[in-house]
Amino acid sequence: MNERADVIVIGGGIVGTTTAFFLRRRKRSVILLERGLTGQQASGVNFGGVRRQGRALEQLAMSNRALQTWRRSRELLGEDVEFLPSGHTRVCYHAHDAEYFHRYAADARAYDLDLEVLEGAAMFERFPFLGRDVIAASISPLDGHANPRLAAPAFGRAAARLGARVVENTEVVRVEKEAGGFCVESAAGDVYRAEQVLICAGAWANTLSTQFGEPVPLVARGPQMAVTEPVPYVFKASMGVYTSIKEESVYFRQVERGNIVLGGGPPGPADADTRRASVLAENTVAQLAQFRRMVPAMRPLHVIRVWSGVESYLPDSEPVIGPSSKADGLFYAFGFSGSGFQIGPGVGETLAELLDAGSTPIDLSSFSIRRFQRASLTHAQSLTSETSP
Amino acid sequence: MAATVIVIGAGPAGVRAAQALVEAGLRPVVIDEGRRDGGQIYRRQPEGFKRTYETLYGTEAARARALHDAFDALRPKIDYVPDTLVWNIEPNALHTVSGTRHRKLAFDALIICSGATDRLMPVPGWHHAGAYSLGGAQVALKSQGCAIGSRVVMMGTGPLLYLVAAQYVKAGATVSAVLDTSTFAQRLRALPQLLAIPSALRKGVALMRVLKDARVPVHRGITPVEIRGTPEHGVQGVRVRQADGAMLQVGCDAVALGYHLRPETQLADLAGCEFRFDQALQQWLPIADVDGRSNVKGIYLAGDGARVRGADAAERAGRLAALAALKDIGMTCSEDEANKLRLQLNRFTRFASGLRTAFPWPARFAAALPDETIVCRCEAITAGDLRRVVNDMGAKEANRAKAFSRVGMGRCQGRFCAHAGAEVIAAEARVPLEAVGRLRGQAPVKPLPMALAPHKDLETSE
Repeated sequence: MNERADVIVIGGGIVGTTTAFFLRRRKRSVILLERGLTGQQASGVNFGGVRRQGRALEQLAMSNRALQTWRRSRELLGEDVEFLPSGHTRVCYHAHDAEYFHRYAADARAYDLDLEVLEGAAMFERFPFLGRDVIAASISPLDGHANPRLAAPAFGRAAARLGARVVENTEVVRVEKEAGGFCVESAAGDVYRAEQVLICAGAWANTLSTQFGEPVPLVARGPQMAVTEPVPYVFKASMGVYTSIKEESVYFRQVERGNIVLGGGPPGPADADTRRASVLAENTVAQLAQFRRMVPAMRPLHVIRVWSGVESYLPDSEPVIGPSSKADGLFYAFGFSGSGFQIGPGVGETLAELLDAGSTPIDLSSFSIRRFQRASLTHAQSLTSETSP
Repeated sequence: MAATVIVIGAGPAGVRAAQALVEAGLRPVVIDEGRRDGGQIYRRQPEGFKRTYETLYGTEAARARALHDAFDALRPKIDYVPDTLVWNIEPNALHTVSGTRHRKLAFDALIICSGATDRLMPVPGWHHAGAYSLGGAQVALKSQGCAIGSRVVMMGTGPLLYLVAAQYVKAGATVSAVLDTSTFAQRLRALPQLLAIPSALRKGVALMRVLKDARVPVHRGITPVEIRGTPEHGVQGVRVRQADGAMLQVGCDAVALGYHLRPETQLADLAGCEFRFDQALQQWLPIADVDGRSNVKGIYLAGDGARVRGADAAERAGRLAALAALKDIGMTCSEDEANKLRLQLNRFTRFASGLRTAFPWPARFAAALPDETIVCRCEAITAGDLRRVVNDMGAKEANRAKAFSRVGMGRCQGRFCAHAGAEVIAAEARVPLEAVGRLRGQAPVKPLPMALAPHKDLETSE
């Protein structure tokens, strides 16, 4: 097989599928290559938070863009991905975290993110179900949540309907620069060619970026998710604890059919090679205690299922988004560090713009892959010195 | 220090496994979900109930008594943990919950004797109140002395269909009809294999006599059409097509359904055991050698939870798995005895394959289910919903179809809908059942209370 398109997108998660979708709307030909099925890993197993608040301020422009797509998702996709703009609330237990809520709310205003911070009696009046350890709440009324199992596959199908060629069960083993573009080879020996390539392969991206001399310190981890049996729909807003203590950082959302999706706390192990990730039993036990602390009324409920998947994390918890520093026409978007779902369609739209028009008004400089070059050099040197006799 | 061996399950396989371990000088831990030992088949009635062994177990009274006596004798020599669910397994440790108490137990070897539950095929109306599984109907009777209704229909196929019907008759309940989807011809075809265990065959014939004497109508070769009922009143009757094509209606207020059994394999799955598609059974089963060794070091599988061969086979398989575990941890055990057990198990394997011929799984019913029939009762997902994700969303694999449709996402995690769901997908996608794959097991095995007591209590404000 030998196929050619304007752009090859490697990785069928939320970024890859939305990039393909927006590229087709710009009439660029696209081949999307996915090693498994679309939206099966980080994009499909995550919490499903459609949350802008809490993101680094540099992400907010793309995050706002993404929100516009989430709001229009039914119209754009012709199907429902259960986007519920019911608000997102962060709560905290510690005074310094409450102070941060006020600072962040003030800073975010410049990026069109309006937040309301409540404390004490006013907060308990709004959220009477919160545990008495909670001291402040930061409310983002326009955020919400969606169904991660449906979103990326729906964007993938929509892209295909617009003419993108979506090739699943195809693992890319080699990407090479050649005259006039790139040659991409699959494990089965199929060859695809394009002028531009986007690598948005999540936990598998490092193998490919390394082929261009741009290794990144990417690690795979598994989110620790759980869900309760359905109960009456009462928790409209998605809600999470902001804290520097990892064990406390749990979050939940209730879907309209009644189940409460739970997550947070320390991540579990994940293996990109076997594509397996697990929920550690101890993590579940610790999580449940934190939920009882946050919302004591959850005590009588039951967890009916836990799950995980392979997510990719970078040391600064910020993604790599933008052009390669080594090869013209090569672009990256990966390492979203557990926060890629909401922003995904915004990244996809921005990359489609960048690939098609050659520029975007959104400043991507802080997400450049260059930021790891010095660090990895130092790391490589120290390894050499350690292993030298 | 002596090796820590944990046995999960105190049914026929678990009790005999524990016994072999005790005989070898070990003190095993026996964890069981039940309040009392005996498993499902030899379930002991609650303390204070006074029914005799003969009343409770009929032809199996002697076997039940022998197993209970053996367990009573083991009690001082084992750590018995009843009323406790193993909800997760990790390498060399498992997690239990009893009430809201969480415990982690380490092990060197683990013998999983998790038993079996009914294999179910959806039928329109099976979501009405009053529709039970045959196993559930039997539990109500054995444990509490209750019938599931005042006029009961038993529908499906398999030995349990006749056993439960006969037990209901003997207990004085009214069985309005026994409706069997398999035919007499199929039973005759299975006869040579069924003769591997003549005593079991004789018991089967005796059950038929009980039904005949009580004038219970028995119809074979039927096709279930509908369980009639309303949300207010529950089950009101059953409608089936008879072998000759004529419609038959039977009034009732409860119906018990089942198509033979399926092993409870979630624990083996969580322990990391590899599964293989068994062409004869059309089921995914954990890989195990003849002695019950899985592909994971230190994990052994025995009884109906590994291969459905019945209680007598389970007693032998439990003992054999324990002998294998003892051998693997470097203790001596009788190779002669192991050989004898393997030979005996061969006969039960033949008999079990005879039962499959006599009472086949009616896979074709799945393809014929009306779109509005609920397949997944926990999440109320219909056959039409499932077909839609196959056709419109390209989901031809079990986990993909689950992700899109929610089939198997509810409280039972697909234990009662995954088989039929996979048949619906296979028929709609026109692929072999094997290609649909199987739902990956996920903890907890059964719902886990959020009140679960953690390692250190963080609650400050309840």
